Amino acid sequence: MRWRPGVGLSVGAVFLVLFIVLPFIGLHVPWVLPGTLDIVNSTGTLEVLALCFLFAGVAVGYDLMFGYTGLMSLGPVLYFAVGTYVFDIALTRWEWPLFSALLLTFAVSLALAIVLGAIALRVQGIAFAMVTLAFAQAFYFLVESNPHNLTAGDTGLSLSYTRLPSFLSGAVSNTRNLYWIALGFLLIAYLIVWLVTESVTGHVFVAIRDNELRLDVLGVRPFRFKMVSFVVSSLIATGGGIVYILVIGTAVPSVVASTTVTLSILIMVVLGGAGLRWGAVVGAMVYVYLQQYLDKVGAEPSFARLPAVLRVPLSEPQFLLGAIFVLFVFFAPGGIAGIVVRRRLHRASATTLLSVFKKS
Amino acid sequence: MNIFLVLTFSGVALGAIYFLAASGLSLIYGLMDVLNFAHGLFMTLGAYAGYEFATRLPSSWGAPTRVILAIIGATVVGALVAGITELILIRPLYGKPISQILITIGLDLAVVGLLMGGFGSTALQIPVPLWLIEPTHIGGLFLPNANFLAIGAGVIVLVGLELFLARTRYGIIIRAGVENREMVRALGIDVGRAFTLVFVVGGAMAGLAGVLYTIVFSGDLVSPSQGDGLLIFAFIVVVIGGLGSIRGSAVAALVVALLQQYTTFYIGGHSGWAQIGDLSTVLLLAVVLELRPRGLFGRVA
Amino acid sequence: MTDAVEISDLHVTIAGSHVLQGVSFNVPSGSVTALLGRNGVGKTTTLRAILGLVASSGRIRVLGDDVSGWPTHRVVRLGIGYVPEDRDVFSALTVEQNLRLAEVGSVANYDDIFALFPELKTRARQRAGTLSGGQQQMLSIARALLNHRPLLLIDEPSKGLAPKIVSEFANVLERAAAHSTVLLVEQNLSVVKRLAQRVVVLDHGEVVHRGAVSDLDDPTLVRQLLGVAGAA
Repeated sequence: MRWRPGVGLSVGAVFLVLFIVLPFIGLHVPWVLPGTLDIVNSTGTLEVLALCFLFAGVAVGYDLMFGYTGLMSLGPVLYFAVGTYVFDIALTRWEWPLFSALLLTFAVSLALAIVLGAIALRVQGIAFAMVTLAFAQAFYFLVESNPHNLTAGDTGLSLSYTRLPSFLSGAVSNTRNLYWIALGFLLIAYLIVWLVTESVTGHVFVAIRDNELRLDVLGVRPFRFKMVSFVVSSLIATGGGIVYILVIGTAVPSVVASTTVTLSILIMVVLGGAGLRWGAVVGAMVYVYLQQYLDKVGAEPSFARLPAVLRVPLSEPQFLLGAIFVLFVFFAPGGIAGIVVRRRLHRASATTLLSVFKKS
Repeated sequence: MNIFLVLTFSGVALGAIYFLAASGLSLIYGLMDVLNFAHGLFMTLGAYAGYEFATRLPSSWGAPTRVILAIIGATVVGALVAGITELILIRPLYGKPISQILITIGLDLAVVGLLMGGFGSTALQIPVPLWLIEPTHIGGLFLPNANFLAIGAGVIVLVGLELFLARTRYGIIIRAGVENREMVRALGIDVGRAFTLVFVVGGAMAGLAGVLYTIVFSGDLVSPSQGDGLLIFAFIVVVIGGLGSIRGSAVAALVVALLQQYTTFYIGGHSGWAQIGDLSTVLLLAVVLELRPRGLFGRVA
Repeated sequence: MTDAVEISDLHVTIAGSHVLQGVSFNVPSGSVTALLGRNGVGKTTTLRAILGLVASSGRIRVLGDDVSGWPTHRVVRLGIGYVPEDRDVFSALTVEQNLRLAEVGSVANYDDIFALFPELKTRARQRAGTLSGGQQQMLSIARALLNHRPLLLIDEPSKGLAPKIVSEFANVLERAAAHSTVLLVEQNLSVVKRLAQRVVVLDHGEVVHRGAVSDLDDPTLVRQLLGVAGAA
């Protein structure tokens, strides 16, 4: 398929329309769907798709920082978890109204992003990755320790729906609404990233990624731009965290705040193709979908009959996804986007990935 | 005062284990520019190998022999897995450092997932001789014997590593390569072999660290995510000590471990913040990076 | 006799900059050929391309073998001694260890080296990082001369050194050149005139002059090619 500017937009529009109307489609489709019922608009399917959308939003936000600006942060889970936990705590522990909770969550995220970002961005390359990783781990330790009984630690903090408008609560009756909210979040995140990357700021990001020294010599101050990239990316991750707690309803540290989330986001972006916006979206949707689908497949009764050697690997989504990722890194470093569009974009994403680590 | 001494002793033991984990990471990064996320995997596999050795050897051999063989086995397994990883996954991606890092991430996720599926949440316990669980009574203090084991291993490895790097040809090649890889090649030396060697040595130490941690600090219980949990502290130690420096890893490992022990007890015990010890290590990292970005003994990067 | 080095249509691009644009020249065996040019024209890059330290297109033959795409250590093992522009001695290692690394097989001629550079013998156990600039350069040259190598690639050996030391090095290189082919990058024209028989001049990534060293006796030509007015 030759790459023409209009093609991408049209394909995206088609998928968007499809996803918007999907909750009205009651078709029975065997084998493919991740929910327990094989019906397109079942609660299970919608929930999985909502997860796909929200992580796609987080991934494209991460791509802004990693793929476009060349900053390999290993701590996006921090802001995601802030979104989940602060929102959850505000609604559940303090019973704040929805709007105030949202405001607080984003305010906390913004403050953290500015302060921690300023510290982390003082160093480059591997050191930057390590600092962001350390900060994210610190937050994990924090929520796990259940300070002042706020986070409920490993038991998990369930979202209380008392202060939420009725259209948001209720797992079964309003999964549809949550589905659309997740889709809406993805759209907003994508739009933000699209606007930023197409603007002058976005071009500076790319310049920073490819040759920061040259920029510095020209008198442009990379630090400010890196901060913008970092903060925007982190705020988007926070938005994703908020949608997550709405959809899933419980926050558990090992699921929400651990480094595994960061690594998953990284894999999503690389799998889809870094530096290409829609690559991150595709990568995230494929990754989350596969993860949920494989979980369901692994629980199939017919599986138990397989010999252990086959059954164990195939029933562990993490193994399969890790293995697929390894294969991609070897044979298709440009990700899915690289395969689909070949030559030009493949080289672009490969260069993207390489230039991320040329500076240290 | 007694508590302080006991804490210090266990801090040194923990530091020895951190050193074992961190020094391999530091060398691998120093020489190859590869951030090895699979290092946590090597540690976990070492622990599991230790478990397998200790439980499958005939019990007539006695617990002490089995434990010693388990520890040796863990080290060997760590070395083997690391060597194979380098040859099959890292070497073909030569010249593409990000790809190398990403592949270690993928490998870590995949195999840990496999372990979770295979062994699951069953708590596997390494059978150890009684004296390892018991303490020794010295000067009014009760010092856990297991700590002696860890400290002993740490010291032996530190001395051995320093000798290796200072005296042997490959040791010199590695030190030269950490400083200037290109020039080593320009002298006609194939650094590829040094790469594999560094991975093997790093993997051996990681395996050892994994099994020792299980015995000394984890109640002899083995779990799939153990290595990755240790890995974060290993990373912190490596960055604080300086990438590529063995001495740096040793000093930083002690500092981080002691800080962790003291903070957990003195502050965490009182205010109910159980994780403050772990948090403090991250704070230390932030402070060190602010003041001295290349770490205590790091090369100028 | 085949030329020691044959370079044909060499192109090198570094970070988007087309540094070498079709460089072609030969280095006759047994000769000392000087590679000249202003700063930044690509002299060092040419040496690095021969060694395989940078990616290049075009053909490079070294001592009879086509080395395009070869890994550096393999090219060097054909018999190359390399003295890089910034000395690049390993500062964490001792003088002795630096030399040890340069050994090829078991035939290493330490006696000759220490006869040439007695200071290296006295400082054998000293960390190379604590040596003076001149001593480091001694070490760098000694490394390349430790075993007999048919081809020596030397990059600005006199840079930043006092004239007296430069003169000593010139003596050493003269003796080495009796047994080896030398490709010498050098800005110091008096050294060039003393050691070289042939010159190749680069400008903006291309060869602009090939000839005998006597060509450098013409001040107009020198000014045109190199922008300097002559010796030292």
